[in-house]
Amino acid sequence: MHRAGNGDALHLVNVAQAAGGEPFHAPGPGDFEFPPLFGFFTKPMLIVVLAALFVGIGFYLAARRASLVPSKGQFLGEGVYGFVRNSIVGDTIGLRDGLKFVPYLVTLFSFIAVLNLSGILPVLQFPATSRIAIPLFLALISWVIYNYIGIKRHGFVGYFKAMMFPPGLPKPIYVLLAPLELLSTVIIRPITLTLRLTLNMFAGHLVLLVCILGGEYLLVEKGGVFAALSVVPFAFSIVLTFFEAFVQVLQAYVFVLLSALYIAGALADEH
Amino acid sequence: MHTLAAVLAAEGEPNPLLPHTSELIVGTIAFALLYFFLRSKVFPIFEKTYAERRDAIEGGMERAKQLQEEAKEALAQYREQLADARHEAARLREEAREQGAAIIAEMREQAQAESRRIVEAAHQQIEADKAQALHQLRSTVGTLATELAARIVGEALQDDARQRSVIDRFLEDLDRTADESPDTAAPEGAARA
Repeated sequence: MHRAGNGDALHLVNVAQAAGGEPFHAPGPGDFEFPPLFGFFTKPMLIVVLAALFVGIGFYLAARRASLVPSKGQFLGEGVYGFVRNSIVGDTIGLRDGLKFVPYLVTLFSFIAVLNLSGILPVLQFPATSRIAIPLFLALISWVIYNYIGIKRHGFVGYFKAMMFPPGLPKPIYVLLAPLELLSTVIIRPITLTLRLTLNMFAGHLVLLVCILGGEYLLVEKGGVFAALSVVPFAFSIVLTFFEAFVQVLQAYVFVLLSALYIAGALADEH
Repeated sequence: MHTLAAVLAAEGEPNPLLPHTSELIVGTIAFALLYFFLRSKVFPIFEKTYAERRDAIEGGMERAKQLQEEAKEALAQYREQLADARHEAARLREEAREQGAAIIAEMREQAQAESRRIVEAAHQQIEADKAQALHQLRSTVGTLATELAARIVGEALQDDARQRSVIDRFLEDLDRTADESPDTAAPEGAARA
């Protein structure tokens, strides 16, 4: 879908370019670098801080006057909390073992969702999670947690034995399975967590940039019949914005669901 | 990944796959603060609310169940009482009817006895009156007859003893004739009286 949008917009831009005038500079990774606002503090960092404040204050206000019959704010806060608690943790780890991971996973979900959604929020309009550092440290926290509680539950050797040698398989399979499982659990999982989130946000933002900058280029630089054509990339950017909203929430869900699954796997007696 | 990085580097573009240390630090601190804040200040309230809500619902259900039980018990008790009351009423009615019947029977008995007694007394009275009347009549008739006879016969029958025997004989004759023809005796007697 991203690719298709990208292609359409680029095609229009190429047509415009062929008609002459100043060449179009396609947006690239350079558009994800911001000059510092002050000192080392950049726009993505500002978004991270704002998102943390927003999530913290939002939840605090939702819980401040908690009552049995929830207010609108409390309903929303409890909705997010209850969704992660019951639908994610309850279905993967189980509430008996998983209740102590609920705070982390709810924070994780809200934080990622808000950082993702900052990509389509007016004024901010940049998904901070497209900066690889953000998903990376979150993935590392999840990595530390699931490995730590796995070792704590089964012992160091027991954990790796349960991970690499799940019982009930024919012996030769282990030759293949053991190194794969080790590689997957210890190295690949945090990398895929990081890259999946980063690149989804990166690509989504890039496509929006292409549509909007392309439209702007047609409207401002080319003029005439091309200015009228700029309606197409602009309209497409609006459709894509809604699509991005969906992808942003979905990616937050996927990140949290996988974290919960990894924790559940580390806790499980049978792998 | 290396090739992508190389291409990007060759183009002079920044590499989006290289994390910035400052972002790592700021992000980690922000996330950690957020986590500890939410875990200590917000989520316990949510959990407490969950528990309270579950308590309220379960408690409410418990109470409703208890109330229902009580209502059922009360209904059963009420029905039992109603049945008892009906039995009691029926019993009382029956008793009253029996008593009434007994009273009526007794009254009837008493009335009959009373009437019998009155009739008896009347009979006796009549009998007595009749006897007395007969006696008086007899003496009066005797006297009259004697007097009459004396008037007729003169002083001859003045002697008391003789007089009495004459009267008695007369009366015996009279009785005999009355016995021989009882149908005619009474009117004759009445006429004589």
